[in-house]
Amino acid sequence: MKLDARIPPGPLAEKWDQRRFDLKLVNPANKRKYRVLVVGSGLAGAAAAASLAELGYQVDCFCFQDSPRRAHSIAAQGGINAAKNYRNDGDSVFRLFYDTIKGGDFRAREANVYRLAQLSGNIIDQCVAQGVPFAREYGGYLDNRSFGGAQVSRTFYARGQTGQQLLLGAYAALSRMIGRQAVRMWPRTEMLDLVVVDGHAKGIVSRDLVSGAIQTHAADAVVLATGGYGNAFYLSTNAKGCNVTATWRAHKRGAGFANPCYTQIHPTCIPQSGEHQSKLTLMSESLRNDGRVWVPEQPRDRRPPQQIPDGERDYFLERKYPSFGNLAPRDIASRAAKQVCDEGRGIGETGLGVYLDFRDAIARLGREAIAERYGNLFHMYQKITAEDPYTMPMRIFPAVHYTMGGLWVDYDLMATIPGLFVLGEANFSDHGANRLGASALMQGLADGYFVIPYTIGGYLAGQKPGAVKDDHQEFARVRQEVVARTGRLLEVQGSTSVDSFHKELGKILWQQCGMARNEQGLAAALQAIPALRERFWQDVKVPGSGESLNQSLERAGRVADFLEFAETMVLDAQQRRESCGGHFREEWQDDGEARRDDQNFCHVAVWEHSGAGQLPRRHIEPLQFENVHLAVRSYK
Amino acid sequence: MKVTLHIWRQSRPGTAAAAGDGRMVRYQLDQVSPDMSFLEMLDVLNEQLLQRGEDPVAFDHDCREGICGACGLVIDGVPHGPERGTTTCQLHLRSFRDGAEIWIEPFRAAAFPVLKDLVVDRSAFDRVVAAGAYISVATGQPQDANCIPVGKDEADKAFDAATCIGCGACVAACKNASAMLFVGAKVSHFVHLPQGRVERTARARNLVAAMDREGFGNCTNQYECEAVCPKDIPVRVIAELNREFVRAKVLEQPASGKRIGGHG
Repeated sequence: MKLDARIPPGPLAEKWDQRRFDLKLVNPANKRKYRVLVVGSGLAGAAAAASLAELGYQVDCFCFQDSPRRAHSIAAQGGINAAKNYRNDGDSVFRLFYDTIKGGDFRAREANVYRLAQLSGNIIDQCVAQGVPFAREYGGYLDNRSFGGAQVSRTFYARGQTGQQLLLGAYAALSRMIGRQAVRMWPRTEMLDLVVVDGHAKGIVSRDLVSGAIQTHAADAVVLATGGYGNAFYLSTNAKGCNVTATWRAHKRGAGFANPCYTQIHPTCIPQSGEHQSKLTLMSESLRNDGRVWVPEQPRDRRPPQQIPDGERDYFLERKYPSFGNLAPRDIASRAAKQVCDEGRGIGETGLGVYLDFRDAIARLGREAIAERYGNLFHMYQKITAEDPYTMPMRIFPAVHYTMGGLWVDYDLMATIPGLFVLGEANFSDHGANRLGASALMQGLADGYFVIPYTIGGYLAGQKPGAVKDDHQEFARVRQEVVARTGRLLEVQGSTSVDSFHKELGKILWQQCGMARNEQGLAAALQAIPALRERFWQDVKVPGSGESLNQSLERAGRVADFLEFAETMVLDAQQRRESCGGHFREEWQDDGEARRDDQNFCHVAVWEHSGAGQLPRRHIEPLQFENVHLAVRSYK
Repeated sequence: MKVTLHIWRQSRPGTAAAAGDGRMVRYQLDQVSPDMSFLEMLDVLNEQLLQRGEDPVAFDHDCREGICGACGLVIDGVPHGPERGTTTCQLHLRSFRDGAEIWIEPFRAAAFPVLKDLVVDRSAFDRVVAAGAYISVATGQPQDANCIPVGKDEADKAFDAATCIGCGACVAACKNASAMLFVGAKVSHFVHLPQGRVERTARARNLVAAMDREGFGNCTNQYECEAVCPKDIPVRVIAELNREFVRAKVLEQPASGKRIGGHG
């Protein structure tokens, strides 16, 4: 597998300009001859579909939800970063770049991250022009808040629903192009395979989730913006439908999968309340602007929180990381929470929780001000737990939230299969081993609005438009494989539900490949996962038929792919014998802090599929740091 | 706790008559917890149906945190159930008494045909949006964001409307199956922003035309929509929609059928 990142030469700040100049252009009259498939309609997908259609390409956009506006970007709460320096507090493109590289524990590509920081300001401009109602101050200018891992205020927000407002902006842009018949939208349609002809991505096979029809779509390029794989853990903050199928299918057709072990465990989620629980709910990181995280000083202190005096509380983030305090980055805050729970100081019935307390902020600013900032989050918390966070500290615990790994892409966001582009959370490119808060929205929109419209042209300029049609034999062959796989899922007729298998997989991953990992646990997972997968194919029970709306069948296909993917994820965690960011190997630590091994692991690990029953092959892309000094990441 | 459920079952798309088998079916659940969400209760039911060899109940859902707008059930006659300002996925069984008997139906409206069981087709909303619920700006290099100051009060009004999650409860609650709370929210969101005011005339006209085309009814001031809206969108947005529509009628030349926004 050849891994050429194609990073443009020259100084960091000039690379993107240089690349844009070097990329070939497709003249406006020719653009309409090219068809591009965009799979996914979240921030990255909707932004890409709209922008490409505006340029004149024929675009087909697919989503499994009933409407493109429901993609999981919608659930992002806290905000979006941009190096606008509106606060005059020392922000700059270079600082955002540096914070992101450091936040990612020096495991991301400098050139990509710098471009992201450069584009960040333009995103805010674009969104405001679309009518995104960001929070404003009384003078009418945009407001900012702080987020983890940064000492400047660069996060733009729209109350606690920044994701919904940004997605509605992208969805509006997409809808405008749908209305003009420049985009053909395929809702309730799930991509089930990628079609590769002569080494180039030339289309997909999909299933109409209402009629069950298996369809083929030929194009000149395929863009995947299908999100992350956090739901491999079953319980996560992801929407129930989030899945790895599109990227995993592409991987099995030849696309390298990079750093699958990098998973972000978010520190502030509502703790699990019972076995029936179907998902975990995030409480935005923005709450840590005003909320203070603590546990009782003494283990097994069962007093109600209000009765524990300040002197007997341990504000452990403030104690351990005085310069960042409660705004320590996510991986570090999660690990610290796990540590105090391991010491028996966790709170709540299960002892798996810590307090996020607004008492002091309410005393300082008043209840009104807190309600203005976080009202809808407090409301959501109250709905779920039946507790009032204005009078009782929130109980929180870390949960799987985001995945930094994804399909490997070069500087142009092209995968190892030419003609296949991967955007947003689905790629691996910008966040290294840990993503900073408010950077996912930034990356999704940067990729969709401002990177792919240029880079895809560079690829298409070298392709003859419409060269492959869906009557090509490869489409028939892949279609047949999809039909057969769907048929097999229905034929097993075992006795165990898809959800039971999914929960079991989730438990294995959470225990062995979650917040802390070690050789022994990972080896055990590598035994358990193939066994579970085998049991799945012998005993899964999928009712109904493939010729109608069948939600059990949809889930079965996704879980089957998670069961394959999970093994590669664990393998990656096993082979990365260092700790970095969200990947914490217990063997490599300094008193609870991650210890990187730059000598041996300053690289991207890229997995190549080598056929059924074979272990995948591991390749590396070395990471070169020319503009930042590889340092021990400290937030003390 | 125990609950008895009566759930609308229908195997195929279309009206109950067309599908042929639309009916309410009774189910008993003996061990559910008050901490379960309403949808988690349906998960439990589905697991039991599967074990009994019956077809699980189909229902739309995704984020399960009240923001994607995918879920939506009529519970005891009320879209999203008894709790105000709450989506179905955020409703918990603690809102019901032990032994409760609960009727569960899909959102019903001519513009929202049933696809299966509790799943309806709400693509009419997407078509209304595509008719003009946007600002016609192409991706590019617009001016700096702070060149468009928006007073906080106006920005807040725009935001209050923009919180709509497009679930369709307003339509399901209305005896006329009117979508005017939804459409009003779109119009209100943009008309409170300077950058959204440029196309206000054509937007009002085109959205109302699209809404009529899709078969949604008109508002007769019952305010049922506001009562069930999980995001508490106020009915003032309907007044704003009416104002914008009348304004468009007065100001505009006869409708040419052109889409708003020209080129771009």
